[in-house]
Amino acid sequence: MSDEDVILDVEHVKKYFPVRRTFLQAVSRQSGGQVHAVDDVSFKVRKGEIFGLAGESGSGKTTFLRTALMLTAPTSGSIKFKGTEISRFNRRQMKKFRTRIQVIFQDPYESVNPRMTVFDIVSEGLYVNNLVKSREDAVQRVTKALSDVEISPPEEFIYRYPHELSGGQRQRVAIARALVLEPELILADEPVSMLDVSIRAEVINVLLSIREKKGISIIMVTHDLALSKDMVDELAIMYVGKLVETGPAVDVVSSPYHPYTHALTAAVPVPDPDAPKIRVLARGEIPTNISPPPGCRFHPRCPFAQEICKNEEPPLVEATPGRKVACHFWKEAHEAFSKGMDAPAGAEIAQ
Amino acid sequence: MTVLSVQNLKMYYKTSAGEVKAVDGLNFDIGEREVLGIAGESGCGKSSLASTLLKLLPSNAEIKEGKIIVEDADLVSMKDSDVRRNVRWTRIALVPQGAMNALNPVFRVGDQIAEAIMAHSNVSKADARAKTETLLKLVGIDPARGRHYPHEFSGGMKQRAMIAMSLALNPKILIADEPTTALDVIVQAGIIRLLLSVKDEFQTGVILISHDLALVAQMSDKTAIMYAGKFVEYGASKEVYKNPLHPYTLGLLGAFADIRKPKEALTSVPGSPPDLIDPPSGCRFNPRCPYAEEVCRTDEPPLVEAFPGHSVACHFWKEIRAQRSQKT
Ligand SMILES: Nc1ncnc2c1ncn2[C@@H]1O[C@H](COP(=O)(O)OP(=O)(O)O)[C@@H](O)[C@H]1O
Ligand SMILES: [Mg+2]
Repeated sequence: MSDEDVILDVEHVKKYFPVRRTFLQAVSRQSGGQVHAVDDVSFKVRKGEIFGLAGESGSGKTTFLRTALMLTAPTSGSIKFKGTEISRFNRRQMKKFRTRIQVIFQDPYESVNPRMTVFDIVSEGLYVNNLVKSREDAVQRVTKALSDVEISPPEEFIYRYPHELSGGQRQRVAIARALVLEPELILADEPVSMLDVSIRAEVINVLLSIREKKGISIIMVTHDLALSKDMVDELAIMYVGKLVETGPAVDVVSSPYHPYTHALTAAVPVPDPDAPKIRVLARGEIPTNISPPPGCRFHPRCPFAQEICKNEEPPLVEATPGRKVACHFWKEAHEAFSKGMDAPAGAEIAQ
Repeated sequence: MTVLSVQNLKMYYKTSAGEVKAVDGLNFDIGEREVLGIAGESGCGKSSLASTLLKLLPSNAEIKEGKIIVEDADLVSMKDSDVRRNVRWTRIALVPQGAMNALNPVFRVGDQIAEAIMAHSNVSKADARAKTETLLKLVGIDPARGRHYPHEFSGGMKQRAMIAMSLALNPKILIADEPTTALDVIVQAGIIRLLLSVKDEFQTGVILISHDLALVAQMSDKTAIMYAGKFVEYGASKEVYKNPLHPYTLGLLGAFADIRKPKEALTSVPGSPPDLIDPPSGCRFNPRCPYAEEVCRTDEPPLVEAFPGHSVACHFWKEIRAQRSQKT
């Protein structure tokens, strides 16, 4: 693929937040430290691609999303949208780009105003951005967006209120609200995690079809690896502010290189009582990103860790064509996993 | 040996709009150390069932019918004071949905557990403390952390503490209502592992309530699929997952992203769960069912044993099963 296909080019993005100092630190003039919410993250999203950003809570996914939405400027690094640096835009510059990158939030109950009709919700962005000439024009565009998200018949739904919609319909209305502005990139923050499993597919399939029909790129933040495998093209696994593994979602999920990715997949339950029970392969819990462990951030939890992992941070490098991993021992780990082993022979694992 | 037997249990909420039929005629048994998983969409009545089993109900709730039999005594007809004294905590303990957010932020976690032990049994403060330490260790928390406040605990640790508390008086049955919802997947796996080891160590039966079918499959001996206040399918987990019979169970399985499988298209169960004040006539699932026919709109299918130990409430389960086996 050529570079012209790149919609979003994220390079070495860091976002640090100062930590509020405790009273004691303040009187003793100590600094409170910093939260390394996003720490040197790079990736590219191409036209029509669904890019998944997966990891546990606290891994920095939401902070990254906020920087990509121009809601907060990165501490350093660059985010280019079709070649234009957008991460340090002022308000006026942002205006031109605001419609081109749209967002869908996790909670369809919170993200739509209960007192607005479906028409008001979906058309709001058109009016705010002065994109409509007349009411007929607005009605026509809203109707079109609603049929794109399979709300039918749209003429009937236009005057309904959110409480008259199911959870799945509500989330599809939220997608229509983004879609009506004809964006090139949609950022979706856990778009189905609040919905019952039975209706998730109606939202997922709508996202897949708008990508298909309109070539819109989607960055989907998720903690659901199984869903990523079914829906995402390129997947990045994030751990305490860093990407630890990237590659085609199906490959990453079915045959992980990084011990953290493997630990995530081993913990995912499957609907089969005869299947191996879910396993806990990472010791302890995710550290805070205020003072992440030195060396590899995953080393205190990792069954493959050795001396070097405590001191040297492994860079994210290409392991095999199209796949990157940040682990000193990914080869050993991957070989163990392919033999059905969760840890090197003789090593202690979490349980 | 059966430790809990539920018979035709009905619990409705009175509201200004009418009666919410949240638990509507349930039957099941749990044996010693047995795990029953109850799966279903939000609003189908899972939490209502949990609170009914302990008679921890709000004032607008009423048990309409049925029996909850624990060691030959029926809790439905038992006085509330007796349920409090002789059943809660000692026979049946509940880790309610969202329990981990119920810890009081201004007291140390260990003190809260010790207080709860003293409130439910006649033990000295020293004994309650000692018991607290044992319990914390058992659920994988360093007993020294008992001196910490809830905000110093992660979500997973809070949930472990709540499980520790519920085990204080050696209950015969532990009900865990959505114990891992809102927890990350590795933390969730740890809690599920813990519940399984608790079951063996304490010889307790477990009722695991979850909206996640796969989670239920991982730890339950028996599975009940709940829809709109009723069980639509119930049986040995192996049977329910390997040989699903109800169209709703089939729909849930088709909607589920299975990490073991190659990339696949997911399907949804169209529509949304019904209003429990005025549920659809006939089979409550009929408006969402791809197989529904006229009889499904008029006659409610009873839960019948299709195979030994495997029941289903569907007029057409045989036809659907035959049709599906032809396809594959
Ligand atoms: N105190 C109450 N008063 C009236 N209705 C209630 C009350 N609590 C729950 N409900 C209703 O009972 C039904 C079942 O709810 P619940 O037991 O919480 O389901 P679940 O746990 O499966 O999500 C829902 O329709 C819910 O709105
Ligand atoms: Mg509930």
